[in-house]
Amino acid sequence: MFAERVLEQVRKGMKRWLDEVKKSTGNPQTRARFSTVSDLEIKPVYTPDDIKNLDFERDIGFPGSYPFTRGVQATGYRGRVWTYRLFSGFGTASDTNRRWRQLLKDGETGLSTAFDFPTLMGYDSDSPRSRAEVGKCGVAVDTLADMEALTKDIPLDRVSTSMTINPPASVLWAMYLVAAEKQGAGWDKVSGTIQNDMLKEFIAQKTFMCPPEPSIRLISDTIEFGTKHVPRWNTISISGYHIREAGSTAVQELAFTLADGIAYVQDVVDRKKLDVDAFAPRLSFFFNSHIDLFEEIAKFRAARRMWARIMKERFKAKNPRSMWLRFHTQTAGCSLTAQQPFNNVVRTTTEALAAVLGGTQSLHTNSLDEVLALPSEFAVNIALRTQQIVAEETGVINTIDPLAGSYFVEGLTSEIEEKAWEYIERIDKMGGMLAAIERGFPQVEIANAAYKFQKQVDSGERTMIGVNKYRREEETPVELLKVDEKVETEQVERLKETRRIRDNRKVAQALHDLRAACKSDKNVMPYVIEAVKEYATEQEICDVYREVFGEHRDPGFF
Amino acid sequence: MTAEITNTTMNILNQVLNGDVRAAAKLIRGIEDDIPEATAAMGEIYLHSGRAHIVGITGAPGAGKSTLLGCLIGEFRKRSKKVGVVAIDPTSQLSGGALLGDRIRMQKYCTDKDVFIRSLASRGWKGGLSRAAINTVHVMDAMGKDIIFVETIGAGQAEVDISHVADTSLVVLVPGMGDDIQMMKAGIMEVADIFVINKADREGADGLRISLETMLDGSPRQHEISHHSGINDVSPETPPDPGAHRPDEWRPSILLTEAINNKGIRELADEIERHREFLTSSGKLAERRRERAKLELTMAVETTLRSHLQKTDECYLDTLIDDLVQRKTDLNTAALKVIKLPTEL
Amino acid sequence: MTPERKVRILIAKPGLDGHDRGVKIVARGYRDAGFEVIYTGVHQTPEQIADAAIQESVDLVGLSCLSGAHLHLFSEVARLLKEQGAGDVTIIGGGIIPREDIPRLKEAGIKEVFLPGTTLEEIVNWTKENVSPK
Repeated sequence: MFAERVLEQVRKGMKRWLDEVKKSTGNPQTRARFSTVSDLEIKPVYTPDDIKNLDFERDIGFPGSYPFTRGVQATGYRGRVWTYRLFSGFGTASDTNRRWRQLLKDGETGLSTAFDFPTLMGYDSDSPRSRAEVGKCGVAVDTLADMEALTKDIPLDRVSTSMTINPPASVLWAMYLVAAEKQGAGWDKVSGTIQNDMLKEFIAQKTFMCPPEPSIRLISDTIEFGTKHVPRWNTISISGYHIREAGSTAVQELAFTLADGIAYVQDVVDRKKLDVDAFAPRLSFFFNSHIDLFEEIAKFRAARRMWARIMKERFKAKNPRSMWLRFHTQTAGCSLTAQQPFNNVVRTTTEALAAVLGGTQSLHTNSLDEVLALPSEFAVNIALRTQQIVAEETGVINTIDPLAGSYFVEGLTSEIEEKAWEYIERIDKMGGMLAAIERGFPQVEIANAAYKFQKQVDSGERTMIGVNKYRREEETPVELLKVDEKVETEQVERLKETRRIRDNRKVAQALHDLRAACKSDKNVMPYVIEAVKEYATEQEICDVYREVFGEHRDPGFF
Repeated sequence: MTAEITNTTMNILNQVLNGDVRAAAKLIRGIEDDIPEATAAMGEIYLHSGRAHIVGITGAPGAGKSTLLGCLIGEFRKRSKKVGVVAIDPTSQLSGGALLGDRIRMQKYCTDKDVFIRSLASRGWKGGLSRAAINTVHVMDAMGKDIIFVETIGAGQAEVDISHVADTSLVVLVPGMGDDIQMMKAGIMEVADIFVINKADREGADGLRISLETMLDGSPRQHEISHHSGINDVSPETPPDPGAHRPDEWRPSILLTEAINNKGIRELADEIERHREFLTSSGKLAERRRERAKLELTMAVETTLRSHLQKTDECYLDTLIDDLVQRKTDLNTAALKVIKLPTEL
Repeated sequence: MTPERKVRILIAKPGLDGHDRGVKIVARGYRDAGFEVIYTGVHQTPEQIADAAIQESVDLVGLSCLSGAHLHLFSEVARLLKEQGAGDVTIIGGGIIPREDIPRLKEAGIKEVFLPGTTLEEIVNWTKENVSPK
């Protein structure tokens, strides 16, 4: 990017500057080493020398043009601000429906569903495994009846809904599609996202049901079905969020997420023989925004550039939209502290800023009490207002990719990219992400990083305010949301009633047909939809999956 | 210690013989920690052991031993066998602690009353097998387990390892890990009764099988060492039929499994049972058990002597050491003196 | 010379949540502090945990739950251990647990509850002071 003559001068100047600093100050630095939250070492100052290998046209360019380092939309946030999307759900479907409608009234622009653990794991509310978990961490959905209650009076042809659901993604999506249809919203109109990313579950979050291989097949089925029948739906949200929450570094989050993406694209191409440009534009991503402002911004920019190159060079995509890395961001739950919880508002604001400066399409800001319990309405409101203040008061949206050209940010973007490529190459050599997961490679890398971080916090080398520094004995009390224990009994009653009034013969037939489809190479989606229409429960459908595909158990890699 | 049976010993013995898991587990803990009551009870337990089929499973880390073992538990439970598992993981040399994670892949069977899974830290016995581990096998045996699996990382290197104790030794290999060569170097070829090529869906499974066959054709067990064992020497389309061998010869078999998909498990279980039948019918079982008893006797003598040495009066030892330093006596004489005194031994 | 006795610890995650970052760090921390640790992984039922604790004859069971089901799940483990004559096993817990639930957990037999922000050192020191080989 610079003439060799200029670089020569810069290097000389740098040397002179370092000498002078050393001379004028005896002890120039308060710490031996400065590093990011991911332990990436940072230099005292960055110069043109750090971006000498960058080519503006090739590596940076303009918003909306390849390699999309500066954003996928040519108009950035000037055209459209990111979607304010708050992850929420608790209790019964009607409890959550009430919270949703309040959020929409408060200016939220997209819905995001938190399901309870039984729903996430494919168990009905009356399964022995569900005891004490119903409605606790999210909303309980057992049948289409619950989905209808959840979306009641919400115009599904206008509001987009994101559903954080993985092993049973096909089932919950089918319920949503049928509920929309019943409401009169055609599949050509409904929009939203199912997370549907199993690889990161095996790697990080451990919400799994069937083994990796059939899990991938179910994902490819949904991608194919969406491509053909639900054109505005994002059939997968390839997620780094949970990888980061499990303790990975920023580089690992980026590398493993993109490697997961590669595995999914490859599978759809191989298994479904679909042209990559037919489905790639509907792939979406989901990243974490951690507390280290510049590292995060660099990560987001590197992610876009890398994915564009992967799609163009590796998969030979032609449609620029196939090369777009569109992503949702959530601020880092793991950066929040139970101590002095009001400080979390400041952390979340900083992380939201990183996501915005990194060009996110959609954002969830954590509530200050999320490390203590499910967010209260009061806390959720501050979280939403945080986004609105960043977007509508601070002026950071005025120009697109404002940090481009910063020696530091561009240098860090390239450094993160390089390190992520190294990981991807290693995974390729192992035979791809599935093989790497089977040998525990990403799991062990993350566990090591998490342990190292904890040791740094414990030793005080890394500061967490209120935890290992500036502690206070007295804690400000925070009012927490309590899910009523009655929710479980009510939900179980509801489920029993649904089972009683449905046509059990038709349910059995639909499940029988689904079983046959699972055993063949047919797309399962039409059969899931039929079963859902007959009010088959989530677990009844998932039990078919478990029966045909087997159950995956934690191999516990360290 | 006299042979008198105390009430505690009788209690423990009865509970263990009745299959009481809590009592057996506590006993094992006592043996590991060298508690005198446990050692005493172990003497009685030993008399009631010797029926179970002991199967060793070794292989490099990452070969999928625990997953395979998880499948085997399921298969042998289907065959109504009571199953014991001893899973041994290394003790960290740095901290002396250990992270025992094998059990996780067998947790599915944890609540089955006829399955007893026990994790042990190697506690400094490196690739070898501790006396505590062998005694754990005896306890499970006395409890009435029909088949007991012992999972360890290494074999063929240490003075005492699982192959010396097991009736049937399984060696688990994985294609493409290059561990076939490592294993050969480590002398594993000699100890295996059954080779398991796990993750057999991976590239290189066939190649690994062929090179194993080749090595087996040239292995000392066959009493015909070949000096030119290349792949060309074996015709892969006609693998040697194990049944065609002499009835008192066991040619190690090679089985392919995909533990993660529960494939090849039934065949492996069949082969394990077939090996046991072979041992019985050929008289090899009695032979192996004699060898084992001899080995255990040696270990017991060593332990007894060591503990006797530890109990020997320090002043007395000091005098002997002085004599040694001044060359008033020689090592052999001094050692004999230590052993002979006190007279109670 | 007295034979060396080691504290044995079972670390487990009951319930359906799979967030194992914390338990894995604790398991590792225990190992590095010289304890013998058995890890049983995520998605365990209270029955599986109690049975494993007995088969492994551990001195301490460490439970982690981030889903809000801790009251039921932790108490179940304690009840099952007592029922099977292993009431002497110490049980501790951690995770996202509201302070106000701690008295109820202690009543159910959970000896100590460690909340977010606890250091490994604190957990290890507590264990050294409160748990010895049985």
